Amino acid sequence: MSTVARFHIDHVRFLDPQGEALGPLPDFARDPAQLVPMYRAMYLTRTFDAKAIALQRTGKLGTFASALGQEAIGVGVASAMRAEDALFPSYREHAAQLVRGVRIEESLRYWGGDERGSDFAQARHDFPNCVPIGTQVCHAAGAAYAFKLRGEARAAVCFLGDGGSSKGDFYEGLNFAAVWKAPLLIVVSNNQWAISVPRSAQSATATLAQKAIAAGVEGVQVDGNDLVAVHHVAREALAKARAGGRPTLIEAVTYRLGDHTTADDASRYRDPAVVQEQWSFEPLTRLRNHLVGLGAWGPDKEEALARECTETVNAAVEAYLNTPPPTTAAMFEHLFATLPAALVAQRDEALRFTPRKAGGQPGGDHG
Amino acid sequence: MRMSYREALRLALREALQNDARVFLMGEDVGRYGGSYAVSKGLLEEFGPERIRDTPLSELGFVGAGVGAALGGLRPIVEVMTVNFSLLALDQIVNSAALLRHMSGGQCSVPLVLRMATGAGRQLGAQHSHSLENWYAHIPGIRVLAPATVADARGMLAPALADPDPVVIFEHAQLYNLEDELPDDWRCDIARAAVRRAGAQASVFAYGGCLPKALQAAEELAAQGVEVEVVDLRVLRPLDIDTVAASVRRTHRAVVVDEGWRSGSLAAELIARIVETCFYELDAPPARVCSEEVPIPYAKHLEEAALPQVPKIVAAVKELLNV
Ligand SMILES: Cc1ncc(C[n+]2csc(CCOP(=O)(O)OP(=O)(O)O)c2C)c(N)n1
Ligand SMILES: [Mg+2]
Repeated sequence: MSTVARFHIDHVRFLDPQGEALGPLPDFARDPAQLVPMYRAMYLTRTFDAKAIALQRTGKLGTFASALGQEAIGVGVASAMRAEDALFPSYREHAAQLVRGVRIEESLRYWGGDERGSDFAQARHDFPNCVPIGTQVCHAAGAAYAFKLRGEARAAVCFLGDGGSSKGDFYEGLNFAAVWKAPLLIVVSNNQWAISVPRSAQSATATLAQKAIAAGVEGVQVDGNDLVAVHHVAREALAKARAGGRPTLIEAVTYRLGDHTTADDASRYRDPAVVQEQWSFEPLTRLRNHLVGLGAWGPDKEEALARECTETVNAAVEAYLNTPPPTTAAMFEHLFATLPAALVAQRDEALRFTPRKAGGQPGGDHG
Repeated sequence: MRMSYREALRLALREALQNDARVFLMGEDVGRYGGSYAVSKGLLEEFGPERIRDTPLSELGFVGAGVGAALGGLRPIVEVMTVNFSLLALDQIVNSAALLRHMSGGQCSVPLVLRMATGAGRQLGAQHSHSLENWYAHIPGIRVLAPATVADARGMLAPALADPDPVVIFEHAQLYNLEDELPDDWRCDIARAAVRRAGAQASVFAYGGCLPKALQAAEELAAQGVEVEVVDLRVLRPLDIDTVAASVRRTHRAVVVDEGWRSGSLAAELIARIVETCFYELDAPPARVCSEEVPIPYAKHLEEAALPQVPKIVAAVKELLNV
């Protein structure tokens, strides 16, 4: 008998939960000019998140999936992307989307049930939120291959959850990208839960990162609550993708501090005491302490940032609430590039039964 | 006893689990969570994690495992959260479950019960709001059921489990909270449609989430002096065309209400059957009320406009009767 393959999985972490450096840091991690915008993006995400939940609770937004506790992953990865790269997000990655230039009012429109919210003014290369779990991995692999064929130094970046990594299309997309050497980065935000199903019931593997090995892809596990670690690993993976079209799988270990969505009550299936413990690992405090250690942050800056984020979010909410609802005819829009005649007739027929006044609040109630 | 459609489904599940050790339930979040529509709430505590099994997030995997468990002699009840995600498992349903008996020369039997929520009306967006019952009703080799009443929610599971072939049960998402008296005889013949209301002037055919709308329309029409018969198709494959034709012979007019998209819908199939079997009984061309052929919108006012609604049914009947 002989060994024909061996593998190991690295776990990357630079800052401990208190924000103390565990060893030498990458250059960017000592540069406030690079770190502060990322801290700001994380703070903005959290502010937006809280506001979105409040809007949902008062009937002004549909079901919303919070990114609470997972902000470092989206921000760390998206900040390593270039404008021309393409993002394939799950529904929980507004942290990444905000960095990419998706506007808060666009995101609110999306969560409010208005398809116009996914027609991003700025992030034109990015794809809409993917709700059918895991299906976006294959899209991302295909897009990455398109970049490669056209000789463009671009990468596709795909986010999904720990639950999603159990799906066939996750493996298929991974495999495709590896065999065709497509510039793809897959990020599994392992928040330990898929609605009520814990990580342990999802997969018997020691790590989710090692799922990459079976496809011949490099897999790495990172502390997803350590912005420095996430950003560092994402930079390397993206450089590798752009240079030689090699995919990477990053498993970012984190914890879902909130409910699955606003339609969920997680206290029904998990112990609130465990959630409370997890708060001591959350990513904002960690990065803030590090910034304080660098002499780049203090209470006044924190206060100013809080104010700024609240104002930004409030202005976006205002814009969202003042968006006129789509007309009935809008449901026939964008179905085809040109609406076929038979559907034109159907649309006109449908309008016969339309109440004159469009209205109604969003309020779906399912994850 | 008064109960909800959800409670009736749960009662049927509990009875099946109690009566037959071969029966087990699996699906995403069916355990602690109690199922995405809370149908299996409490069953984990009662029957334990081996018989109320949370699966990894992999529809293709657990539906396929259900096919295998059925082949292996168990009586699996597989819950797919919604019909929308069953698309990921279509191959297992269409190419395996429905075909294995035939393609094994009769050696294999797949006594699988697949339950799934279907339909729109809860503001969940296009990818969570499909009504694809007719896709499954298109497939030879599977039986397709659509309980639309509390009694049928209670009564359909047992005969479905007794069926040696795969059965797909569609639970309409808007019906779970429906409450009604459970009649003493809730047992269900899963070969027959059911006449839910008598009326001489037209027949309204509906199933699943559209049945309450059809009944409501019948009520409004009655107030205007128009009496319609309402037939609940409830078995979508094989269609009980005898009950349908008998109704048309009584009323000579047919309106089909179907949440599916009009083109290639179950309504289209039913109208074809009506025309084939009782063309000369008809006093007017059959009509149908279906969903608009658009992705089901999320916004409330748009979603309402896209789906069959009572005023549309009332208008279709009146047009047919020229009143
Ligand atoms: C194919 C598919 N199956 C089921 C669902 C229902 N569903 C929505 S979110 C979810 C759990 C996802 O968990 P995970 O991938 O870990 O992502 P997280 O929500 O934790 O970010 C499920 C089962 C879905 N949207 N798509
Ligand atoms: Mg998860």
